[in-house]
Amino acid sequence: MTSMTLTQQIITIAMCVLGTMAMRFLPFFVFSSKKPTPPYVQYLGKALPSAVFAMLIVYCLKNVDPMTGTHGLPELFSILLVIGLHIWKRQMLLSIAGGTVCYMLLIQFVFV
Amino acid sequence: MTQADKSQIKKAFHAAFPYTIPIFAGFWFLGLTYGIYMNVSGFSFWYPMLMSATIFGGSLEFVAVNLLLGAFNPLQAFTLALMIQARHLFYGISMLDKYKNTGWKKYYLIFGMCDESFSINYTAKIPEGIDKGWFMFWVTALNQFYWFSGSTIGGLLGSLLTFNTQGLEFVMTAMFVVIFLEQWLKEKKHWTAFIGMVASVLCLVLFGADDFMIPTMVLILAALTLGRKPIEQAGGFA
Repeated sequence: MTSMTLTQQIITIAMCVLGTMAMRFLPFFVFSSKKPTPPYVQYLGKALPSAVFAMLIVYCLKNVDPMTGTHGLPELFSILLVIGLHIWKRQMLLSIAGGTVCYMLLIQFVFV
Repeated sequence: MTQADKSQIKKAFHAAFPYTIPIFAGFWFLGLTYGIYMNVSGFSFWYPMLMSATIFGGSLEFVAVNLLLGAFNPLQAFTLALMIQARHLFYGISMLDKYKNTGWKKYYLIFGMCDESFSINYTAKIPEGIDKGWFMFWVTALNQFYWFSGSTIGGLLGSLLTFNTQGLEFVMTAMFVVIFLEQWLKEKKHWTAFIGMVASVLCLVLFGADDFMIPTMVLILAALTLGRKPIEQAGGFA
């Protein structure tokens, strides 16, 4: 259990809230909707998402080690299944559910 | 509020809900895990409950448990929060236009803009006749509700829960793969997707799992800035 006082805990949590909200609100404060957004920032707004989605996938997989354990094979197979299902049916829920069930079966029964 | 307004709000809810079903699975699982983790670390359920309502950012909330268990250091907590959440800067820049003209809802949309709500609200094809502001509001609110209820229940039940759900966390990976793919299929050129992929993998290899996000973001920003001319000339992003 923690050694902090309640006030110290509240301040610590408040700092986490403050840091989070600073990052979420900052772009909207800097580029208000009254003034036109600079072209460079408009460009970033269009160019960033694809790069960010790639980054989020890598973020989810950051603890996968291809050299040891299951060598990331359950992840690889399941992601390929997600891609295959999605290109085939283009049904978001089906692709996600299919890949997740595949992954759970693989790590619970195949790569034990 | 008029009858027409109410039916608009309801229609937006029905349109938004299916998009959030995978998040329900993922957030309940991760939220429960987080609540249980707090519970076994000696905190009452009030902590995960209030922290999931106010911070609403999964990875930082897990880190915050360690902060609360350590010595009091508010500056360290603040800088750590800034670093872990820095990617939200990118989300905000991407949503500047989409959150326009959403009235008071804009503040909540920004407040609740986690990875998942951003990803859905950025890519979802909102059907004709559905109010965009309310659609995005419901996506954000439902996602937060899933996280909030999961972590509160986890905090209440603690280690009483036994899991046979090993691997369920993959639902988040699968969702980001689908969202990435949707974006990929929409674009004619894939330069920015490649930049994101190469930068993240490179930084992961160089800096390791705990420290690669900030270098990745710097690298992405540098590549997009230096490559602006050719990328814009090639065009093709949605």
